[in-house]
Amino acid sequence: MAPILQLKGITKQFPGVLANDHIDLTLNQGEILALLGENGAGKTTLMNILYGLYQPDEGEILVNGEKITIHSPTDAINAGIGMVHQHFMLIPVFTVTENVMLGSEPVKAGDFLDRPKTAAKIMEISSQYKLEVDPNDYVKDLPVGVQQRVEIIKLLYREANILIFDEPTAVLTPQEADDLFVIMRSLVKQGKSIIFITHKLREVLDVADRIMVIRRGAVVGEADPKQANRNKLAEMMVGREVNLVVEKDIKKPGDVILSIKDLVVTDQFKQVMVDKVSFEVHAGQILGIAGVQGNGQTELVEAITGLRKSVSGEIKFKGQSILNEPPRKITELGSAHVPEDRQADGLVLPFPVAENLVLCTYYKEPFSRGVVLQYEKILENSEKLVQDFDIRTPSSLTTVGSLSGGNQQKVIIARELSRPIELLVASQPTRGLDVGSIEYIHKRIVQKRDEGCAVLLVSPELDEVIELSDRIAVMYRGKIIALLEAEEVAKETLGLLMAGIVPDKIEKPQGQRVVETTF
Amino acid sequence: MAATSTSIQRVRISDISPARKISTGVVEVLVALFIFAVFARTVSAGSITTFVMTPGGITTGQMGNWVIPSQLTLYLLAALSLVIGLFQLIRGFGKITNLMVGLVFLFFIFSFLTWQAADKSLNLAGMLSSAVQLAVPITMGSFSGILCERSGVVNIAIEGMMLMSAMVGALMGSLTHSAWLGLFFGVLSAVLLAALHAVLSIKYKIDQIISGTVINMFSAGMTAFLSQKFLQTRQELNNPAMFTRIEIPGLAEIPLIGPILFNTNFFVYLMFALLIILQVALFSTRWGLRVRSVGEHPKAADTLGINVIRTRYMSVLLGGMVAGMAGAFFTLGSVGRFEEGMTAGKGFIGLAAMIFGNYTPIGALGAGILFGFADSLGSKLSLLGSAIPSTLMSTAPYVITMIVLAGFVGKGHVPAADGVPYTKE
Repeated sequence: MAPILQLKGITKQFPGVLANDHIDLTLNQGEILALLGENGAGKTTLMNILYGLYQPDEGEILVNGEKITIHSPTDAINAGIGMVHQHFMLIPVFTVTENVMLGSEPVKAGDFLDRPKTAAKIMEISSQYKLEVDPNDYVKDLPVGVQQRVEIIKLLYREANILIFDEPTAVLTPQEADDLFVIMRSLVKQGKSIIFITHKLREVLDVADRIMVIRRGAVVGEADPKQANRNKLAEMMVGREVNLVVEKDIKKPGDVILSIKDLVVTDQFKQVMVDKVSFEVHAGQILGIAGVQGNGQTELVEAITGLRKSVSGEIKFKGQSILNEPPRKITELGSAHVPEDRQADGLVLPFPVAENLVLCTYYKEPFSRGVVLQYEKILENSEKLVQDFDIRTPSSLTTVGSLSGGNQQKVIIARELSRPIELLVASQPTRGLDVGSIEYIHKRIVQKRDEGCAVLLVSPELDEVIELSDRIAVMYRGKIIALLEAEEVAKETLGLLMAGIVPDKIEKPQGQRVVETTF
Repeated sequence: MAATSTSIQRVRISDISPARKISTGVVEVLVALFIFAVFARTVSAGSITTFVMTPGGITTGQMGNWVIPSQLTLYLLAALSLVIGLFQLIRGFGKITNLMVGLVFLFFIFSFLTWQAADKSLNLAGMLSSAVQLAVPITMGSFSGILCERSGVVNIAIEGMMLMSAMVGALMGSLTHSAWLGLFFGVLSAVLLAALHAVLSIKYKIDQIISGTVINMFSAGMTAFLSQKFLQTRQELNNPAMFTRIEIPGLAEIPLIGPILFNTNFFVYLMFALLIILQVALFSTRWGLRVRSVGEHPKAADTLGINVIRTRYMSVLLGGMVAGMAGAFFTLGSVGRFEEGMTAGKGFIGLAAMIFGNYTPIGALGAGILFGFADSLGSKLSLLGSAIPSTLMSTAPYVITMIVLAGFVGKGHVPAADGVPYTKE
């Protein structure tokens, strides 16, 4: 029998990048094929070609041995190919039923929607594949894990046989991810075939039947998950040996630098996002805040850095209240902020590297005299930081927008860490970066901590928090539901806490804990 | 592990902040004092206010006049407002605060009318009837806006489309001596402008506000030019056949409601027909679901095989059609001749009504009637020989628009992709 899906020699050229270089891929009926590769390796491009969002320059696609052409998602759907996108393709203000039926709506009396019919079909799919969901709920009211189930139901409703999951775990808690893997297993057992795109090694080893590794647009090898190990897979992915563990000495924490008491912060809809949160960060200590995105971390960081007004509570930096103070004052007291969204909040993309490097200090000597900027000094400063922080840029006058994500982040790190600071607030400092940049930024953060800086690290990546932090706070629905010594807590326990489940007793890790760099 | 996430509910800090509670109460008490001091005290004790409950010139569905003692009514309304205001200050109405503000506002309007019409008679039914008439261009303008913006295209060119349709409707209605042909050509001209807006904003992805502004300015200039050149110099070109009043047998006999809703202009019926069609089409048909999906998340719609570009073109053209009907109302349903700038911002107020009505046809109708009432209040009072200058009173609808937009915007849901051009990757 022919494999259910075959890609032969798929090539896609973007201006300046060869995103896919003669890729061959075979998917057999009833298996989970993991497509492993770094960000930018070309996994998503390949899948978008398969889903009809891009057209390949070369190569052919065969479904059940028959050659087909896919010009649009409609063609892909007709060929039985469905995709769970990394960013959900759901409409928040529609119900589950409306989202599922959209595009292939059953109608009666001309053009009237037959909602009950779709709802019944959803219930049928839901029980067949154990995808629990209420068809009448509005998608905006559903937790992320359930929203993903809706995405899967959308595919099954269209009778897709080949399911593509594009980085499906990026938005899930570890528990939700485990649930997803159970669902994926049950899907293949009932005859579906799955392509699972990821850059997380643990997941690949857990769930895949076969692993294909892509690097720089080309297939670099296949592996059997029963025999492969993490280090080898990482090496295949990156193309060199990778140090998966951050070196970090035990360090005694110093004085309290940042202290927060009963802080309440709301979002723009007056919804309480940070709910009576209290904690302290000491000099020479990294406090990691773990939690699934959207549980109040963003608002907490914005309150501390002065970007958002707090409703009540207390924020003290070196004993001085900084509650609702302007950001510049907080910065001048000796704090640094690596924001969550580097392109929106961290950089001015159309400005050159040199100017981005003085965004916190441009108004001071020596970078300006009176109202006139001193470009000589600004460029001098830039040359030095580009060297020190290994920023790969053609020149100091190149616009930041044209640099890669990793180098953009290095510009922020250089700007923030080169100042004399006592507090570093780093929000998702390695989001979307490649392994090399992650290694580098982790090293820099630990170095700052060793120099006696207090660090508040916020990250939805559990591994990153565990690895870097001295203490870990778990944030759930606006509250800190646990505050633990990093050495004393098992990863599984943290995963449960992130999902809001407080175990009866906090389990300690058994034996030597191995954590991998998150990529 | 699935049952994890709904266990803890987030708390929402009440929308009514302490400051809001106090300020609302103070305003309500001030209104009460105003009714007492300005209205009630200046009316002589024996005055009688007469409200006529049948619009003028109507013979079916008649109803007796409503005669009330002016001063007693005013004292009563002042007392009620005071009670509401004091309760608001001391206890607070919580969730129904806005409802109470609305009620006090209503008392104020009614007091004002009672005061103005003391020892005179005011045709209240006529006022309501003209409120409905005046609501027609506003409401249909906002229907046009709903069609465009639900699909993700901001359309501020409705004003210009209406003006163009009014002019073309008058001209063609005069030339052909047919109101229907006038309407047809008026609508056609608006659809052409809508097509221009669609091409500029969907295909060329020009800033939709700029595209809309350009169309408005073009329309204003072009209609002024043609009007001066032809319509004003040759009166036979500005004397279109008009739609006449249509009486619906039976229903027109109902007192008060009959004369206002069932013995009225063709365009009022058209407005209600469009209301039902749009409300049903948007929320119960495949077409509506797709239009809304394109306005919320065009990429999601695209991945499901929906043609985003075509859907948006369709919606903008349909919006142009409705705007054209709204414009034709001025010359073919109401005034009977074209005058420069005669739409007088009704298209923009229509957009305000759309926002106030939370992008739903039914809400837009409610808002449109509120604005229409404000409008008719102005014109009726100047007829009564009120002390308040009629030019000042005619700003009432705009003042209400500002109050409404400042107080209510941001509560509803704006289509997520409104005003964002769609680019396929």
